[in-house]
Amino acid sequence: MVSEISPDLVRHLGVLARIQLSDEEVERLTGQLAVIVDNIAKVSEVATADVPATSHPIAMENVFRPDVVGDMLSLDEVLQNAPDAAESRFRVTAILGEEQ
Amino acid sequence: MSVDLTRLTAAELSSLLSTGEVSSVEATRAHLDRIDAVDGAVHAFLHVNARALEVAADIDRRRAAGDALGELAGVPLAIKDVLVTTDMPSTSGSKILEGFMSPYDATVVTRSRAAGLVPLGKTNMDEFAMGSSTEHSAFGPTRNPWDLDRIPGGSGGGSAAAVAAFEAPLALGSDTGGSIRQPAHVTGTVGMKPTYGGVSRYGAIALASSLDQIGPVSRTVLDSALLHDVIAGHDPHDSTSLAQQWPSFAAAAREGATGEGLRGLRVGVIKELPDSGFQPGVSASFRAALALLEAQGAEIVEISAPHFEYGVAAYYLILPAEASSNLAKFDSVRFGLRVDVPGGTVEDVMAATRDAGFGDEVKRRIILGTYALSAGYYDAYYGSAQKVRTLIQRDFDAAFSSVDVIATPSAPTTAFRLGEKIDDPLQMYLNDVTTIPANLAGVPGISIPSGLADDDGLPVGIQFLAPAREDARLYRVGAGMEALLVEAWGGPLLDRAPALATAHGTEGGAR
Repeated sequence: MVSEISPDLVRHLGVLARIQLSDEEVERLTGQLAVIVDNIAKVSEVATADVPATSHPIAMENVFRPDVVGDMLSLDEVLQNAPDAAESRFRVTAILGEEQ
Repeated sequence: MSVDLTRLTAAELSSLLSTGEVSSVEATRAHLDRIDAVDGAVHAFLHVNARALEVAADIDRRRAAGDALGELAGVPLAIKDVLVTTDMPSTSGSKILEGFMSPYDATVVTRSRAAGLVPLGKTNMDEFAMGSSTEHSAFGPTRNPWDLDRIPGGSGGGSAAAVAAFEAPLALGSDTGGSIRQPAHVTGTVGMKPTYGGVSRYGAIALASSLDQIGPVSRTVLDSALLHDVIAGHDPHDSTSLAQQWPSFAAAAREGATGEGLRGLRVGVIKELPDSGFQPGVSASFRAALALLEAQGAEIVEISAPHFEYGVAAYYLILPAEASSNLAKFDSVRFGLRVDVPGGTVEDVMAATRDAGFGDEVKRRIILGTYALSAGYYDAYYGSAQKVRTLIQRDFDAAFSSVDVIATPSAPTTAFRLGEKIDDPLQMYLNDVTTIPANLAGVPGISIPSGLADDDGLPVGIQFLAPAREDARLYRVGAGMEALLVEAWGGPLLDRAPALATAHGTEGGAR
């Protein structure tokens, strides 16, 4: 398959990934990603329908632990690195913009 | 003592500590002095532990009081900055975590402390372990002690350079696609990636969770084995860690050093890993090491691994996909950097923070991963890459039905110059062609020095791979290979590294 990496697509991916890319970054990434994607697309050459996918190198399923309270972090420990906190909570700016 | 304590292996230091000929304070101070003298040029460390001497003094007190101490008690340890620590900042080489103090220790750090190892500091790395040169560290590159104009490998260039420059006898590393083994290759040191799940990843700042593994970095095979014994084993905090008992890796290394295990050992060499694409000096060093093994009675067997050539492509789909998900946690809300956007929503703040806090390579891989996972592309990219993973595992299974270990050069070239590949991401990615298959399949791999390349005089490593859970086999074979090579060289390879200029004058003489 041929990649179709365009500046608009890269800008859209930046929105999805929550990274405010500058125009200069968008331009640079567009060129680099096109080269990378063209190269890595070769995986589809051998990934035929009869090959099962492997998500995890050593198969494991249903890893349980006893249902008891573990050694958890305290509230102070959880908040110690918060850029802003108040009343035992993380504090952030507005969740919704004006147009919403 | 007249002996330079920084030149000793961890095993040698351990025996002097246990007999009381040397104190941990003396050993720790010697390494802190060495860091002081050479790290301005090498830049292996992002942070040096101001309390290291106190920790060492406590070990000395406990030893004097007759406490039962582990074999490595009192030996200094460098810790890759990907591992969180309560007493030192943990940044994973990123501005977004500058100054971050973890409320808990990584399990491998907890176990190292419990064993009496003395944390010396945190080592430099490519940002979030994305890179093969440490040039992607937000805090400036580490330099290769063999040639300060060259890269020390990556992402764990700091840990490898620290042991190569005699700033620490031991270090902890992490290996997602070669980040322990490739730095070992270019610095003339030893690095081991354990079986996936063999060592807890709890407290390792995640890059790609199905590939990441923590392991030891050192100057000798035995030293890596000793550290591996400390950190191995099941951890309830990491549900992917394997619930099994591991044999003593140090015992395996000691047994292997006799060379007995090499007789009849079947060593697989991959016919599809051609000499072309490999630097001639790297290939020559590899062939010479194989000839030594053969002379000891090992059998060299050509094997086929037809899907390894798809490994890099699969890796650069799976890794960015998993990384784009793991790095979503850096959201400017709970920890790390926050960039203020006056009047902006939390999403505006998040996007501005992530633009300012992440470096170019991290953004590149997050965007690539977001693309690979997006609707309409998922099956073609991520889905296909996971199928390649199955095919590579089958290649390993087929190979290990006829050989005991597989050998490859650890990387295609010796250390390249700083800046040489920084603008060509694809070329940088191809550095990992030999190391990536082990991460995709979960099998263990070790890199040990095989010599100096005859074309540029820089270190070369040989990598051995074994079936999953057969880590002890790699210590046995690695120690056997190392013993043969050191005998042939007349001493450790690092004895031939050029002396580093020190902050206090020329190196050498009585210290």
